[in-house]
Amino acid sequence: MDKPFAITLDVGSSLANRTGSWRTNRPVYVDRLPPCNNACPAGENIQSWLYQAESGDYEAAWRALTQDNPLPAIMGRVCYHPCETACNRAQIDDSVNINSVERFLGDEAIRRGWRFAPPANESGKRVLIVGAGPSGLSAAYHLRCLGHHVTIHEAGPVAGGMMRFGIPKYRLPRDVLEAEVRRILDMGVELQLQTKVEDILSSMRVGEFDAAFLAVGAHIGKRAYIPAGSAARMVDAVSLLRSMEGEERPMLGRRVVVYGGGNTALDVARTAKRLGATESIIVYRRTREKMPAHDSEVEEALQEGVMIRWLSTIREAGDTSITVEKMVLDEKGFPQPTGELETLETDSVVLALGQDVDLSLLKGVPDLVIRDGVVQVSPNMMTGYLGIFAGGDMVPSERTVTVAVGHGKKAARHIDAWLRGGRYIAPAKHELATFDKLNTWYYSDAPKTVRPTLDIVRRQSTFDEVVGGLDETNALYEARRCLSCGNCFECDNCYGVCPDNAVIKLGPGKRFEFNFDYCKGCGLCAAECPCGAIQMVPEKI
Amino acid sequence: MPFQPIKFYQTGTFTVGNRLLAADERSVQANMQRTNSLNSGHRACQGCGEALGARYAIDAAMNATNNQLIAANATGCLEVFSTPYPETSWQIPWIHSLFGNTAAVATGIAAALKVKGRREVRVIAQAGDGGTTDIGFGCLSGLFERNDDVLFICYDNEAYMNTGVQRSSATPPAARTATTMAVGREPGNAFGQGKNLPLIAMAHAIPYVATATVAELRDLEAKVRRAMEIRGARYIHIFVPCPLGWGHEAHDTIRISRLAKETGLFPVFEAEHGEVASVSKIRRPLPVEEYLRPQKRFAHLFGEPPRLDTIAHIQAYADRNIRRFGLLEEGAH
Repeated sequence: MDKPFAITLDVGSSLANRTGSWRTNRPVYVDRLPPCNNACPAGENIQSWLYQAESGDYEAAWRALTQDNPLPAIMGRVCYHPCETACNRAQIDDSVNINSVERFLGDEAIRRGWRFAPPANESGKRVLIVGAGPSGLSAAYHLRCLGHHVTIHEAGPVAGGMMRFGIPKYRLPRDVLEAEVRRILDMGVELQLQTKVEDILSSMRVGEFDAAFLAVGAHIGKRAYIPAGSAARMVDAVSLLRSMEGEERPMLGRRVVVYGGGNTALDVARTAKRLGATESIIVYRRTREKMPAHDSEVEEALQEGVMIRWLSTIREAGDTSITVEKMVLDEKGFPQPTGELETLETDSVVLALGQDVDLSLLKGVPDLVIRDGVVQVSPNMMTGYLGIFAGGDMVPSERTVTVAVGHGKKAARHIDAWLRGGRYIAPAKHELATFDKLNTWYYSDAPKTVRPTLDIVRRQSTFDEVVGGLDETNALYEARRCLSCGNCFECDNCYGVCPDNAVIKLGPGKRFEFNFDYCKGCGLCAAECPCGAIQMVPEKI
Repeated sequence: MPFQPIKFYQTGTFTVGNRLLAADERSVQANMQRTNSLNSGHRACQGCGEALGARYAIDAAMNATNNQLIAANATGCLEVFSTPYPETSWQIPWIHSLFGNTAAVATGIAAALKVKGRREVRVIAQAGDGGTTDIGFGCLSGLFERNDDVLFICYDNEAYMNTGVQRSSATPPAARTATTMAVGREPGNAFGQGKNLPLIAMAHAIPYVATATVAELRDLEAKVRRAMEIRGARYIHIFVPCPLGWGHEAHDTIRISRLAKETGLFPVFEAEHGEVASVSKIRRPLPVEEYLRPQKRFAHLFGEPPRLDTIAHIQAYADRNIRRFGLLEEGAH
């Protein structure tokens, strides 16, 4: 006994006292589904690529993004960003400008010449894709990544589909489109232009394809019966937009009336303005709230001087004028005629009443179900005929570029599984990271960055791109506004606030672990986690 | 505010760590090699604010002094839960004094180090509010008056918690404790009594006085660091909620601290030589009810009918703090 006076025991550490036995609730690290990811029709993992972009590693961010969507520069221009509508940050100040960061990454990739990695190994399977629009290109990219040989048959003279023939230049400059298409083709995807598939079964037989993905766009303008004089100048919107890609610009005259209320109607009205029309008037039978077109497009069109006549239908079209009838909405919200007529002077009428798909290539394919002009597919995107899959405008869904890209990805996964004789089972979705799961105290206030827009005068006379991009500093700022909902961003809060040192920090990129020998289950870590990535669950006692 | 908030890093401006910061700008608590001065296995209650505040402060002091630190500790919760002989959670040179003399013990250690010429070794004395404002007050005032080279840290949980929640001179008005029951015409602790130790310390015109809460780690660390740059008597008063004594949920410890600051009931500031040098502004002003309601020690204010007069009285305290220390941003209301 060599101890000081009155001391009989050795000094010990409190580590002998396993306070974990006090616990009735246990913290668990979780990954919840951020609302942006949940809302993205292309299934992008937005939170993950914003996380990469926050640290300034744009290439890593772009690679994370393109795992799901190979067309970020296009998306950053034409997507109607449902992610931003869903963004939790909107409840603090403004939603994160996800779309502009996506565009910045896409443009950066083009500028720096980042390329996709070729597939690690070849499967030896051959897939035919019909149509080089967003859905076909997306499927081609994903199938190629999975090692399959991909051939695209495109009826038109260039790739892009509706992105080229339906979306005006001022929204999507053609060099951007071409750069992103080129990058997919560079992976070894074969593209045959001016190759209209007349009979899909024979094309598959001749080319010895193991599977086919049909992604034909809706290129046929719908017509409505309007009594018209012989000389009335009436065109449909899709043909008009397509002719914009040719050498000669269409002649519409000084006063143009566009009939319809979708995004196409707005594209046409804005195009007419740029072609020199002094009056570009949209006639739509319902109200602005009921209009299917996206609000940002309506706003931009109104700024450019496009006029909209709400609650109106065209009754008759003459040589130099049309007759418009006023409508009222009944209690169910349907427009009903009033009998009140009015005459509008006009040089031409453009019909933008929706589009149909040319389904003639399906002639002779057994077991198909076609309803409302589109092909019915099962949840795995396969038509009734084994080995033929379809997506994009051809199948029942919302017709946007982003939805089409999402179909391409989904179909590619199922085609791949089918070719390998299995089934693709999508991983279960995590619980949604709703706003109430966050502790927003930890985020400072930071209002949204507004993208520059082109002067009104230039917007009315030229086809220059209307909405500008962000530069690096404000793209970075915008990325850093992300709250990282539901996914740990390694802020060290749990590690810091634990009164019992029961959180183990594993190092950069490795996140954290709980030390259940000492965790008393107080729940401070979960309460102070900014992004809702910790859940308290009752201990089994 | 004594530290520069991380501007522009929205991803966690106010979090403990931030992966986007340069290594030398990160907090001590974010470091994988932090001292963990107060190690796991201590017997503090779930969600103890004092255990958290003590590790925050002492880790920061260890970091600031290159681990050359000795701490004297008065009797109180902190001593009892960390060191039931022969076990201890402390991973630093640490001595338990009597309840009332920890300031004197620290003065003695500082004097001994001075005699030995060990200027690099620094001394901290720490105590709860009882050991600071009541029992240890005489020794503490002496330490201030002599300007001894000691940092005194008070962990203020506003009552004697370890012995069963009895009132101290730091207990706020209207709070229920075992000795100020929620009965009678004026239930809870009386108004107009008690001591404001930070202001008393300032009255001694010592080189440095600061207040902090466990809700603002970076602020707390900056104040400890600043205190360690100065020689002479220094005082830091840290607000540490007590889930047991205050009757709030264990997971609300940090939220309650945040509310104490945001309502203006606990002004967060620093003072040099008796003058206020900087103030942490209120970010989102809130009425005192937000702070009072989650705590059972104030539950009697929210009965049928609620004691609106008492709540208004407490609000007047908060308003006076806001006025006196200028806690609101210019242009805020």
